[in-house]
Amino acid sequence: MSNALGLEVKTIVETPPEEVERVKEWINTDEYKEKNFARQALVINPAHACQPLGAQLAAHGFEGTLPFVHGSQGCASYYRSTLNRHFREPAPAVSDAMTEDGAVFGGQNNLHEGLENAYAIYKPKMIAVFTSCMPEVIGDDLTAFIKNAKQKGFVPKEMPVPYANTPSFSGTHINGYDSMLLSILQNLTEGKQIEGRCTGKLNLIPGCDFNTGDYREYKRILEAFGIPYTVLADISDSFDSPCDGNYHLYAGGTKLDDAADSINCKATIAIGSYSTAKTFGWVKDNFSGKHASLPMPMGIEKTDAFVMKVAELFGKDVPASLKNERGRAVDAITDSHQYIHGKKFAVYGDPDYLMGYVSFLLEVGARPYHILCSRGNKKVEKDLQALLDSSPFGQGCKIYMNKDLWHLRSLLMTDPVDGIIGDSHGKFAARDAKVPLFRFGFPIFDRVNKHRYPLIGYQGAINMMTEICNKFIDIKDETCEDRQFELMR
Amino acid sequence: MSDKIRKVEGITKESTEALIAETLAVYPEKAKKKRAPHLGANDPASGSACVKSNKKTVPGVMSARGCAYAGAKGVVWGPIRDMVHVSHGPVGCGWYSWGTRRNMMSGITGVTSFPMQFTSDFQEKDIVYGGDKKLKTLLEEAHELFPLAKGISVLSECPVGLIGDDINSVAKQSAKDLDIPIIPCNCEGFRGVSQSLGHHISNDTIRDFIIGTREYAEPESPYDIALIGEYNIGGDAWSTKPLLEECGFNVKAVWTGDGELEKIAATHKVKLNVIHCYRSMNYMCKVMEEKYGIPWVELNFFGPTKIRNSLRQLAELFDDTIKAKVEAVIAKYDPIMQAVVDEYKPRLDGKKVMLLVGGLRPRHTIGAYEDLGMDCVGSGYEFAHTDDYDRTAPEMPDATVVYDDPSEYEFEKFAAALKPDLVGSGIKEKYVFQKMGVPFRQMHSWDYSGPYHGYKGFEVFARDVDMAINSPTWKLVKAPF
Repeated sequence: MSNALGLEVKTIVETPPEEVERVKEWINTDEYKEKNFARQALVINPAHACQPLGAQLAAHGFEGTLPFVHGSQGCASYYRSTLNRHFREPAPAVSDAMTEDGAVFGGQNNLHEGLENAYAIYKPKMIAVFTSCMPEVIGDDLTAFIKNAKQKGFVPKEMPVPYANTPSFSGTHINGYDSMLLSILQNLTEGKQIEGRCTGKLNLIPGCDFNTGDYREYKRILEAFGIPYTVLADISDSFDSPCDGNYHLYAGGTKLDDAADSINCKATIAIGSYSTAKTFGWVKDNFSGKHASLPMPMGIEKTDAFVMKVAELFGKDVPASLKNERGRAVDAITDSHQYIHGKKFAVYGDPDYLMGYVSFLLEVGARPYHILCSRGNKKVEKDLQALLDSSPFGQGCKIYMNKDLWHLRSLLMTDPVDGIIGDSHGKFAARDAKVPLFRFGFPIFDRVNKHRYPLIGYQGAINMMTEICNKFIDIKDETCEDRQFELMR
Repeated sequence: MSDKIRKVEGITKESTEALIAETLAVYPEKAKKKRAPHLGANDPASGSACVKSNKKTVPGVMSARGCAYAGAKGVVWGPIRDMVHVSHGPVGCGWYSWGTRRNMMSGITGVTSFPMQFTSDFQEKDIVYGGDKKLKTLLEEAHELFPLAKGISVLSECPVGLIGDDINSVAKQSAKDLDIPIIPCNCEGFRGVSQSLGHHISNDTIRDFIIGTREYAEPESPYDIALIGEYNIGGDAWSTKPLLEECGFNVKAVWTGDGELEKIAATHKVKLNVIHCYRSMNYMCKVMEEKYGIPWVELNFFGPTKIRNSLRQLAELFDDTIKAKVEAVIAKYDPIMQAVVDEYKPRLDGKKVMLLVGGLRPRHTIGAYEDLGMDCVGSGYEFAHTDDYDRTAPEMPDATVVYDDPSEYEFEKFAAALKPDLVGSGIKEKYVFQKMGVPFRQMHSWDYSGPYHGYKGFEVFARDVDMAINSPTWKLVKAPF
């Protein structure tokens, strides 16, 4: 007797317990690690999502903007629910729900109908269109489709409808963020450059950062300087809006007029050279004023660099309040350094976050021992290596490019560390390795309110230091012998 | 089914129809015409659907629906614990659906159970040259690294179908080479109109590749049943399975929550299929009925009233031994449930709930709310069919609004008019309502709680509903200045 596959009918045999035990031990071995690292095709527990997710994040950073997914309906639901879970906030976005007939006829009809309905129902000031797989595979021509939509009156001619190609089979969410942001800026600033005009403002591009506290921290720092600014794109209110009995579909975002005028700025700082590479390249060539691309200001040194760059661009001294704040952060770090000194960490995540974690760990005397980048190029590896080479605490630390969290598990089981920095998905490996996971990345699905606590700036350094050191102290309190349990730590 | 037609004060056919008309007023003509048949006033006396369903989502309206892949990976295949489930295509689909449904699993992760994200992480070159070779290599790697996995499912994402890959022949060859079941599932997200087709396609693959390929080692008994459409959300199956066992049944397989491939494959040997989520698994119940003569019965394990009715309905199909055990079980739990009702009902009596969920809950949970004294004033599904709405009609009060695949705008408008004390829906809706100060529970995932099924589940459900509605935090929403 056989079934459709030609396989015979078998009696169920339970796996013997000793075989289960054997495999359970085996997956923690060096032999397994070798096989695991020899993988060519299978990716297991990747630490990266796809482009459109980042595109949606960027779109939410603008006033009255409705993110619009050109593609299958399910894609939009996935991006939305991911953002809902991380921020515990609404993430309104529409899709034009392409189906089989889209594969045959292309997606123009869906796009047009979708734009017409979305505009009528949700009354956006801007619709930011980005693509999921289907239109990318069949080769939809967004430029023509959107031009036609305006000609046919599905949306008003004057309404901005920036669009970005964000194929999920290339890059990660950080690239989608970059492409969408670039498209929005190109669209809004078109024809807005005025010879001789200078807004006197700083454009701050925070990069693909999912921590609303970071955005507020940037603004606070700039306010301390007394420097007028435009954050491009500002998701802080979009994903951290008040609960006051009213739901606002468009809860925040950079004013479209400010974004349009951003081309006449005094200076632009783009944070995160990997998630803002394309945008910064274009801004540099097209915006007035001075330009700088900086790593995420995580830890004291990188925050110093940010603060000094702002001071330099605007010819201002660093205000006393920030000097004091720096001093307090350094005080917090020196007071607690003994709880982190020499500790080994595994870190994983997006390249910009990784640069930040590594820089921070090195400056406080910890070791970013396993550095795992789920998707990144040679430049990321070179930049990370340069950071490691800059500190004695970086010696012996290793970078693993284009590896996933199942690789990470092998590393943790064969060459242990004291702690892990990453997103919620690392909790399984952390549990197996019996080490704490510090949730500083994206997404954080299993702890509350973390996105409200900045990781950047001097305040961010205090937050990271406090969380890490107190956790190590907790572990000591929970695991030490009774006679070692004492009041002071 | 409820005995008499219930009414809710202030809700009439006219008021509901006016609300629908008012809601659709903002829509362009074409969209209005498409949406109108999907919204209606319930007519319990008719016992049939008052809305159209299972049609294409209207572009641009902000639907809550997912896709066929979501139905296959997230719902049917994903919960089987001892298999490697490969999301075949780009990285995103598998990443978004990784651990987010809360179908819980026993076993040792990476050894005997695999609640992980396996993907072929398609790159540009895979789109251009095709992914079949990569798939073959990937299957070998999965088998080598996870030798105790009982099988592998290959769940196609959109590009796979569009570029014309042949996962079926790769799966067939690799299954022979590796000597394990490998199930190709052509569940690309662009197929069909919602998750629903993904369920159907997955059921078909179970029919074509799985069912009848294993037999249970133990001897048969007249009390062998399978629990179908139970996904172990928040541990539901760990409540329902022991309950059925307490009633004297041998639950030979659970489809597919905390499921085991081989036990599922031998389900053609059971005497009865008990189905909970009709929408996602009625197909295989019908297949097993036709092919193997196994009858099936649709039951409801939410709330003591429905559980009691369900258990008695089940007992009717068996002998006096079972009937006696079922009565003993009911007698044992009745006072425990009464204590739960006594504790929470005083605080919940007369409260109104609105629902928008997936396959069974928009109708199945109504009785549980009613056990707590609450009224359901609006209900709808993301991806139901006419037979679901037929089953919903008698459960809902007269003239209450029924919505099929509502847009966020419609759902918000209905809620603004009906002023529910609780909304039960999904994560995409949760924070919209909470910003308004409306208590909310995620009714797909049990909002990080559960189980909600069975007697054990009702205690948790009642506590959670009370916690949501009567939390003092809602009093803080309006500032005093």
